[in-house]
Amino acid sequence: MLKRLRENKSSQGTLLISPTLVFMVGLLIIPLILTLIISFGKRSADGNVIYTFGLHNYIRILGISSDCPGGQAICFDPLYANILWRSLTLAFNSTVLVIALAYPLAYFIARAHPMKRNTFLFMVLVPLWTNFVIRVYAWMMLLRTQGVINSLLGWLAGLVGLHFTPLEMLYTPGAVLVGMVYEFLPFMILPIFTSLEKIDNSLYEAAADLGANPIRTFFRVTLPLSMPGVVAGTILVFIPVMGTFIVSDLLGGKQVILIGNLIQRQFLDARDPTFGSAASLILMAMTLIVTFFYTRKFGFGEEIVAA
Amino acid sequence: MSEFTVELRDVVKRFPTPEGGEVFAVNHVTLQIRNGEFFSMLGSSGCGKTTSLRMVAGFEWPTEGEVYIEGRAMGHTPPFKRPVNTVFQNYALFQHMTVYQNVAFGLEMEGAGKQEIARRVGHALEMVQMTGMERRYPKQMSGGQQQRIALARAIVKTPNVLLLDEPLGALDLKLRKEMQLELKALQQKLGITFVYVTHDQEEALTMSDRIAVMSQGKVMQMGTPVEIYERPNCKFVADFIGTSNFMEGGVKSLENGRASVFVPILNAEVTGYAAENVSVGDEVAISIRPEKIRLADKAGLTQNCFEGTVVTTSYIGSDTRLHVDINGLTLKVWEQNKISSLDPAAYYTVGQKVWLTLFPENTLVLPKD
Repeated sequence: MLKRLRENKSSQGTLLISPTLVFMVGLLIIPLILTLIISFGKRSADGNVIYTFGLHNYIRILGISSDCPGGQAICFDPLYANILWRSLTLAFNSTVLVIALAYPLAYFIARAHPMKRNTFLFMVLVPLWTNFVIRVYAWMMLLRTQGVINSLLGWLAGLVGLHFTPLEMLYTPGAVLVGMVYEFLPFMILPIFTSLEKIDNSLYEAAADLGANPIRTFFRVTLPLSMPGVVAGTILVFIPVMGTFIVSDLLGGKQVILIGNLIQRQFLDARDPTFGSAASLILMAMTLIVTFFYTRKFGFGEEIVAA
Repeated sequence: MSEFTVELRDVVKRFPTPEGGEVFAVNHVTLQIRNGEFFSMLGSSGCGKTTSLRMVAGFEWPTEGEVYIEGRAMGHTPPFKRPVNTVFQNYALFQHMTVYQNVAFGLEMEGAGKQEIARRVGHALEMVQMTGMERRYPKQMSGGQQQRIALARAIVKTPNVLLLDEPLGALDLKLRKEMQLELKALQQKLGITFVYVTHDQEEALTMSDRIAVMSQGKVMQMGTPVEIYERPNCKFVADFIGTSNFMEGGVKSLENGRASVFVPILNAEVTGYAAENVSVGDEVAISIRPEKIRLADKAGLTQNCFEGTVVTTSYIGSDTRLHVDINGLTLKVWEQNKISSLDPAAYYTVGQKVWLTLFPENTLVLPKD
């Protein structure tokens, strides 16, 4: 047995991946299959699963309804479609905004003196040491009607003698967007920084030497060479933003329900695991489709490095 | 246009050190590089040759002094506005672009039309014998091929001056020798000025019209390869270029460029060519190349002729290299094996008494550094 292991590369490989394999099969593949089975089931009156096979949960999410106000046999109920669309647009907007904020910062850190670079990176990571939920609560403190921002604005207005009506910032889509951008910013900064840092200074010099001014150098050399970082960061940001429910729950309230909130409520409040499972799989499918098309266009970000 | 394509006038470059001090990378360098010349800056690392080249390219600006290109003072002109192109030591090819896109880059920046770009890229690739590689990516090519693409990318804009920063440094010896000849041929074909930075003296001697030997931010000597090798102007250059024997002494007399130097270790006077800034009374270094010492088994001239003992011999085919001891002074002597012989008596042996003649015209009297 040991002898075979010593001589056989492929049994060595099997041994090396087996802990992960057990973990993945036990905690990902099997639960996923269970989720799929449950999603075809029906909710019993006391909130248990009746195992049947039907697509009713999927039909419901897509908004095809037979309970129509006008009395037709079939009509479109946009309730869940709206939630899906809202999740998708929010994830898209958050990702774009995160890129816009992270890129200049990553660029600045990458071009900074090596001695200062670590300090800056450290500062980027510091917020991650605080619990995710606590950081969202902090935003509630800032955005509330009697929160820090409104108090500050009120005080400033008072100084110049203006009447001030507190801004309604919390429980708006904007608050959710701000929260998402804040939470996921470091996950974009780090990969972009890494790919920018890898670009040898002589490439900038070569571009300048060949007649490219700094702007053209950026678009022809810097940006294409840092795309692997942007792609990696996008995957790291887009997927969790699609699925998370804490930020929208705390900062969006009932105004901003995302698919993550929908799933959470099906399992905890509505006690309909069958519908929750179907929603989970729809979320997964949406994320996979978007990621698939995105990576087909831009790659996984390693082509340039690995080619 | 000025007679000189590139000129450095009293250029100084200081860099701050992490300790808060300053260090001279280039220390009052004045250079004039003629139109169409293959000019090399030669020195060991840290001598200021690369910094000097980077100041011509515009990647660095002089702390003092001025760089002129084609008679125009460059001041703080950025690299993308200078009429020079650079071949980088690590090639600095754009990994995300094909060979064609790499070579076309400079022309696109000029705003050249598609057809013109295609024609000129084709021509440049032809010049470096890389036709057919257009669609490859740099990572898919060998170091030598990447080197050629870097060269094509730099010459495609037909600059009047091409700057080359140790372009062959990363290639293996055989390829380097080939590329040396090719580069030289290319330079003659294009008829443009090459400013070439290298630490490899053989490379500099092979390719250059003129060489500036640099050390510690200063130009020690500037001249043709023959001048640099045959008439070094100081001990540093004589030592740095090729191999030399040195002995120390004081100048007794000086006449028609010939100096008589008393060498204590030989307890004798040695006559040789005096370098320009040598005068009577100076402590000097006498330098003679190993291949220029005449070896004989009996006394020859009365002057500059010394008896010694062979300490080591090594036969290397074309030459026999000996160490000969004279009063505790060991000299390197290289004897060319001009006569083919299997007879051991035809060669010097360890312990043998020999006579060394240092012909005055082969002997250089140089200022000590």
